[in-house]
Amino acid sequence: MLIEGTVLPDSVELAESAASRVAAYVHIPFCRQICSYCDFAVVAGTDLADRYVAAVCAEIEAAEPFPGRLSAVAFGGGTPTALGWRELERVLGAIEARFGFEADVEMSLEANPEDVTPAGVRNLRAAGFRRISLGVQSFDDAVLTALGRTHSADLARQAVATARGVFDSVSVDLIFGTPGETLESWRSSVSIALETGIDHLSTYSLTVERGTPLSRAVAAGAPEPDSDLQADEWLLATELAAEGGMIRYETSNHARPGHAVVYNLVTWGQGEYVAFGNAAHQHRDGVRSWNVRRVDRYLERIERGEGAESGREQLDRWESEVERVMLGLRRAAGVILGSAGERLLASERGGAALEAGILGVAGDRLMINRPLLGDEVSRALLALAPADC
Amino acid sequence: MESSLAASGGLLVENTFGHRSIDALLSETERLVGSVSVAGFGGGKRLARPSLHLAPGRLVALAVDFVLTIALDLRSNVGHEKTTRWGGGRRNISRGSAAVQCRSLPRSPVTDTSRIRNFSIIAHIDHGKSTLADRMLERTGALEEREMRDQVLDTMDLERERGITIKAQSVRLDYSGPAGDFVLNLIDTPGHVDFTYEVSRSLAACEGAILLVDAAQGVEAQTLANAYLAIESGLEIIPVLNKLDLPAAEPERVAIELASVLGGDPNEVMRVSAKTGEGVDDLLAAIVERLPAPEGEADGELKALVFDSYYDTYRGVVCYVRVESGRLSTGDGLRFMATGEQQEADEVGVLTPSAEPVAVLGPGEVGYLITGVKEIDRIRVGDTVTRQSAPAAEALPGYLEPKPMVFSGLFPTDGDDFERLREALEKLRLNDTALVFEPESSRALGFGFRCGFLGLLHMEIVRERLEREYDLDLVATAPSVAFRVGLVGGGEIEIKSPQDLPDPTARTEILEPVVRVMIITPTEFTGTVMELLQQHRGVMGEMNYLSPERVELTYRVPLAEIVFGFFDQLKSRTRGYASLDYEPDDYSVANLVRVDILLNGVPVDAFSAIIHKDKAYEYGRKLVAKLREIIPRQMFDVPIQAAIGSRIIARETVKAKRKDVIAKCYGGDVTRKRKLLERQKEGKRRMKMLGRVEVPQEAFISVLQVDAD
Repeated sequence: MLIEGTVLPDSVELAESAASRVAAYVHIPFCRQICSYCDFAVVAGTDLADRYVAAVCAEIEAAEPFPGRLSAVAFGGGTPTALGWRELERVLGAIEARFGFEADVEMSLEANPEDVTPAGVRNLRAAGFRRISLGVQSFDDAVLTALGRTHSADLARQAVATARGVFDSVSVDLIFGTPGETLESWRSSVSIALETGIDHLSTYSLTVERGTPLSRAVAAGAPEPDSDLQADEWLLATELAAEGGMIRYETSNHARPGHAVVYNLVTWGQGEYVAFGNAAHQHRDGVRSWNVRRVDRYLERIERGEGAESGREQLDRWESEVERVMLGLRRAAGVILGSAGERLLASERGGAALEAGILGVAGDRLMINRPLLGDEVSRALLALAPADC
Repeated sequence: MESSLAASGGLLVENTFGHRSIDALLSETERLVGSVSVAGFGGGKRLARPSLHLAPGRLVALAVDFVLTIALDLRSNVGHEKTTRWGGGRRNISRGSAAVQCRSLPRSPVTDTSRIRNFSIIAHIDHGKSTLADRMLERTGALEEREMRDQVLDTMDLERERGITIKAQSVRLDYSGPAGDFVLNLIDTPGHVDFTYEVSRSLAACEGAILLVDAAQGVEAQTLANAYLAIESGLEIIPVLNKLDLPAAEPERVAIELASVLGGDPNEVMRVSAKTGEGVDDLLAAIVERLPAPEGEADGELKALVFDSYYDTYRGVVCYVRVESGRLSTGDGLRFMATGEQQEADEVGVLTPSAEPVAVLGPGEVGYLITGVKEIDRIRVGDTVTRQSAPAAEALPGYLEPKPMVFSGLFPTDGDDFERLREALEKLRLNDTALVFEPESSRALGFGFRCGFLGLLHMEIVRERLEREYDLDLVATAPSVAFRVGLVGGGEIEIKSPQDLPDPTARTEILEPVVRVMIITPTEFTGTVMELLQQHRGVMGEMNYLSPERVELTYRVPLAEIVFGFFDQLKSRTRGYASLDYEPDDYSVANLVRVDILLNGVPVDAFSAIIHKDKAYEYGRKLVAKLREIIPRQMFDVPIQAAIGSRIIARETVKAKRKDVIAKCYGGDVTRKRKLLERQKEGKRRMKMLGRVEVPQEAFISVLQVDAD
């Protein structure tokens, strides 16, 4: 059953300890084809792959190391497996050489089910990756078609089975709320995912992002995701995952004990991370900065020997405090109240959220009982007048 | 002179007409008025106002292409206060060029009355009045063709956008026709029912009127109302059909209709196309021939009618005047007979349409008058100006003060803007005496103002101007009319806001304002129009057939019934063919109740409305349904109830929102998410917090859109 308003001590410890760790992210922008709902910084095809790997390695080599070693490395995209395992190994090697790894470092990559072959996963494991996250999205072929995915549910099932024998931790990403999907179809997708014996499950709600083919379709009259159905689906997934022995440790993520993603927890714990590749965002020394979005520009900049940074922001103390609460509330463990949390509860909207049971307080921690209303709470946080902290 | 110019950084100013240097311009000015020196520079487009010219013998102002004004100070006797008055924004202009228009002054003295014709154009919206006026200006050379902007007389941006005339203006045309040279003063009239009072004041300055009717549309109710107004005022009417160029024009039919309404011969109805200019010359000739010249003794006592006024940032109050008798000269000591205000005539002039100072305005002449008055309240439109030394015995008949008919609360969305709203309203009032306001406080909306308007259009215009020109974010409450309430124990009060309605136990009766509505409609829609009037508690008066195809209906209808969307319903029922005019009649007792709206159990005073008892249930039901659509889902269920007293008559619920994750956060891009949320937070600024419920501004106006059909 869904656990509301209580905090598991283990998850608090995990959450708070992650904040002090450091991580690295590598963006691999290539995809075989671009999904209709995707507004990530991606390109179709791998024509630029060789130049890109060289550029990322150059960027890594030019980066300032952290005082401590990395606790997590994540390859995301795009589709990291659009690159060959040797290329990935080369990048991973460059990161290790520059930053060093903790002994229990989490080395994770995202993959498409199509790319998961017995030989392929063995090579990835050999290259150093211990965790794989499969972009399955659904185990319902009709939903996969609606999303414009190119794999079938059967293929996805096989991919999970193939990966499970090889990696320490296997995760599946599912998307809920695709127009046409029913609660029953969703129940079946989640159940199948859990039956495959995965260690980690991410469930994301389909959102209509500006500039995507999906948003153009919606503007032209195609059905939009139904937010009430999505709320039901989220609840259902959380329930099923809990029955399957998983704990929801973050709004969209469920894990068996020991399989919560460290890289995730660093992000939500306002921890520091470096990031490489086009559009990559990093957070270090209190500064958030990001690289140029377009792959060609990124390559030009790096190849000319320039940095790829396109923007940065430094938060003042209050903004940073607000951000701490905003990010921390993503975690089931919630966040230490602090001045922003206190002020939120004292505000009209924050008080209303508490009264409506959206927010909960346990000891010195604030948490969100209905994470799908998190943006509402975030807006209330951002609306607070700045204060000393 | 040279040194001043040099000090200003070697300004080069080019004349639009001859591309001459500033020096050439200055020498011409010198030739005209004697020696000059540059006294100051003023900037800003406000200076494009025609009133920048100063009195002869004192100062000469050069209007520099709507951008700069250079004041040329006559060496003789001018103090700096005169220049700073409109050269307020003194600044150094170092480079660049600007177009300069230089006029000579003054004009020839008083025009003989037999050579003057004063007239208005009465027309329905879109029947082409402004276009015809433009054409007349063009034909008489008042404006060079290349200077013409469309619809010169409509100065305010809003007027231009909406294609209507809000503020009456006048223009003097120098006309040379078959019968010789004449001065034609065209006095503009507004074209909307809300502004009828401005029509009557304009008509009082005229001897004749052109009744302009679209040859495709036929005569409309409001045109007719204004035509009757003109006839009652003793004006000579020239009926004119416009838009002959349209394929749909039916001049024969409409001429017969016009003749039957006004009496007279269909053949005397003139025909023009203001668009192509066809017939405009004949019309100008007819104005001279058919309209009477003004009467009035030049040597008699001074009587000049103030038929309009406006506030100019640089000149103070500018009065539009029509001299009835005597002479109005610059420097005269004047007395405003109604207010007793005593002022010197700093400047008198004519509008061509830019302002040109003249030494004297004689009988029958129309022009402007600037005195030292800075506060528009001190000048009353309709007042008579006379000379202090030889005052007139009797004032000219004045006008009724415009009376606000519709009231609405205006509240700043951000309570901190209350003072800014007050200042903005005060500024608007400078040129809109019909606008009235007093502070009001609402439990729901905080501090704001209860404002009185002539009608819904007027209300909309004011609100738009406040938001656009003064950058205010406003919540407007549902418009209401002024009710009279009889009190237990005697006495009667007037209430302009539903909140002020005394408890049923404290009142004996409620009286509501009733208007006389005139509607002209094609006969095929008579049934549906009558039905509509009946639904709106109308009582039938007369029914006149203007022609076999068109009928005029007269009804008595409660004003409250027609301020709420009535006009739109009329238009939709008659496919736009019917037209409407109304005038206040009297007050009648009615069975009225106040319907209150509760949000989340808390009454929201801003949503209350006074409604006829028979319609209250339906109104309540529709309004809560409407509000349920408009109010976004919140973090909790929001019940919306309608109540009469303590009795709930309707209820809806806005279900709690369950998912609100719009901004994704991926790849560690925290900044993007925060910025997205920041933007959404900005969007919330247009929401009003009522208790814990966020209500969008349009909710307050939705009360308007509930038709109780």
